Amino acid sequence: MTHQPLVKIYLYSKFERFWHWVQSALIILLLVTGFEVHGSFAWLGFMAAVDLHNTIGLTWLILFVFIVFWLFVTGEYKQYIPTTRKLLEVVRYYASGIFRGEPHPVRKSRVAKHNPMQRLTYLGLTAVLLPVQMATGLLYWSYNDWPAWGLDGFLSLKVLALVHLIGGFAILIFLIVHVYMTTTGHTVTAHIAAMFSGWEEVPEGEEVEDWERMSERR
Amino acid sequence: MDCLVCHEQTGTYRKFPSGAGYPAPYVEDPANPGTQKGVPFPGESKSYFAPDWSRVAQSVARPSRMNCGTCHFYGGGGDAVKHGDLDSTMGRPPKTLDVHMGTRESGGQDFTCVRCHTTHSHHIAGRIYETPAAAERKSLLQDDLGDKILCESCHGTEPHQSGGMSDKINDHTDTVSCQACHIPEFARAQSTKMWWDWSKAGQLMDGKEVVMGPDGKSVFDRKKGEFRWEKNVVPEYYWFDGTLDHVTVADPIDPTAEVWLNRPQGSADDPNSRIMPFKVHRAMAPYDKVNKVMVIPHLFPFNKDDDTAYWKGYDWNRAIEVGMEKAGQPYSGEYGFVETTYVFPTTHMVAPKNEALPCEACHSRQSRLAGITEVYMPGRDTFAMVDAAGWVGVTGAMVAVIIHGLMRFVSGLRRKEE
Repeated sequence: MTHQPLVKIYLYSKFERFWHWVQSALIILLLVTGFEVHGSFAWLGFMAAVDLHNTIGLTWLILFVFIVFWLFVTGEYKQYIPTTRKLLEVVRYYASGIFRGEPHPVRKSRVAKHNPMQRLTYLGLTAVLLPVQMATGLLYWSYNDWPAWGLDGFLSLKVLALVHLIGGFAILIFLIVHVYMTTTGHTVTAHIAAMFSGWEEVPEGEEVEDWERMSERR
Repeated sequence: MDCLVCHEQTGTYRKFPSGAGYPAPYVEDPANPGTQKGVPFPGESKSYFAPDWSRVAQSVARPSRMNCGTCHFYGGGGDAVKHGDLDSTMGRPPKTLDVHMGTRESGGQDFTCVRCHTTHSHHIAGRIYETPAAAERKSLLQDDLGDKILCESCHGTEPHQSGGMSDKINDHTDTVSCQACHIPEFARAQSTKMWWDWSKAGQLMDGKEVVMGPDGKSVFDRKKGEFRWEKNVVPEYYWFDGTLDHVTVADPIDPTAEVWLNRPQGSADDPNSRIMPFKVHRAMAPYDKVNKVMVIPHLFPFNKDDDTAYWKGYDWNRAIEVGMEKAGQPYSGEYGFVETTYVFPTTHMVAPKNEALPCEACHSRQSRLAGITEVYMPGRDTFAMVDAAGWVGVTGAMVAVIIHGLMRFVSGLRRKEE
């Protein structure tokens, strides 16, 4: 680990922390109930699992509306604009540098919370994977209304279920890697603590490069 | 049919013999003048008595369960032979056996048969033959004379209370019959005949003409062959539009496969079809090997001297010959036995609601609806390749992060030593 002095910066606002932890609980419950509905295991019982899955799915949808609204109103969506700059360095860091105690190639800052790998991952998650799950989930939920909505001609529950299942696996895999990545800070629990307090400890004195900076509001 | 069998209420009106034909004639007992001697029938232990006509005639009323049951509980030659959901236990059933017909004391509604099978000028509602049920589905409230009756006739298409998961259950009524969930098993009070092997008839079993099984029902009868009885039977499920397709004695059959003597009509694409539970009775039955048709054997003797009847002469060839001739059908003279199925829609013995099937009965890998392949069912259906790839991916991610973590831990220790 680095022996550079650390400085605390306020990285995650109250809403972001609220959103993160509520969403994490919803996602875990959705995964559990979703895979039970899929028949992978039996725990709550089919009806309870379906009921909970539906309720949580709709709750998440409401939360998601607020998240998207917040992202655009605050301009924070720019944190997710993808880049390949330093992407290879980040990959190399996690593949080898981390074992040699090298410093992270991209420093977290208020204006650049995410390294290039995180930007790509979170953009894919927020802009593609989660909307796909929400869309397929909503359609799945409204199955019995398809004839009334004129959708029964070209929608197939089987195809919908397949896409929703693939999405579920993708989110589960993301969750595993994501939880592990939180342990890669300067201490094992540093990142998790930051997501509770909002304050992340970063090495002192490193400058944020211009390209990383999201254009600040004036 | 005569009037009394349906309307008399003394319970003393018996037909002779075997519950068919006319009541026994009055034969005075010479030893006790003024009383009956009774008419015995060979093969049955009890004697038949002429009814007390005036008492019987004065008792007529709206038919009770036992009036209908006189025939419908005993179809096929005995109690619970034909229907899995109609037998003598339905004469006075507890609520646990049938919520509608269950007695008041047991908490039931005490319905008689005619409560649902309403009549108008002796046209009885609720039979299943050739008319599609759903096309003529009518509410009893709107039209008490509808020929077809279904659960929906009284309960409507949204029978469960609304809100929450009850709405989801109501969503099922366009594809799943009420009976499918609410009659989890049939023959719940006594066993029903599920297998009848006519090819074993004519012989003796262990030197005996009749062999009784553990539940007091014959498992072998020289006249009829071998039987298998089952209690608490899980139905088989098929798409059903309310009609059954029947094989008649004139229809060609394929003896190399199971012959479906009747078959539920309907399909997943048909908005009027529902998934319906059936008792499927299987049998080995005689057929014409050359003409490839089912045959009608002459079983019951015309008179004392008629030994062409199978139950007298035990000669299939002669019995089939006479039976087919009587029916005006050709017979080649060569018979064999073929496995047949006969389906009975299961609609009585509606269980109390807390015994209705849970979702998992169908929405699980061990689904009761394994044969209903036309629809995707959550919990039952899976995508083997995607599931395999998905779990490999999940396991791979777990293994990768564990290895990565161990490597960080070990390399961290090494750096500390240096």
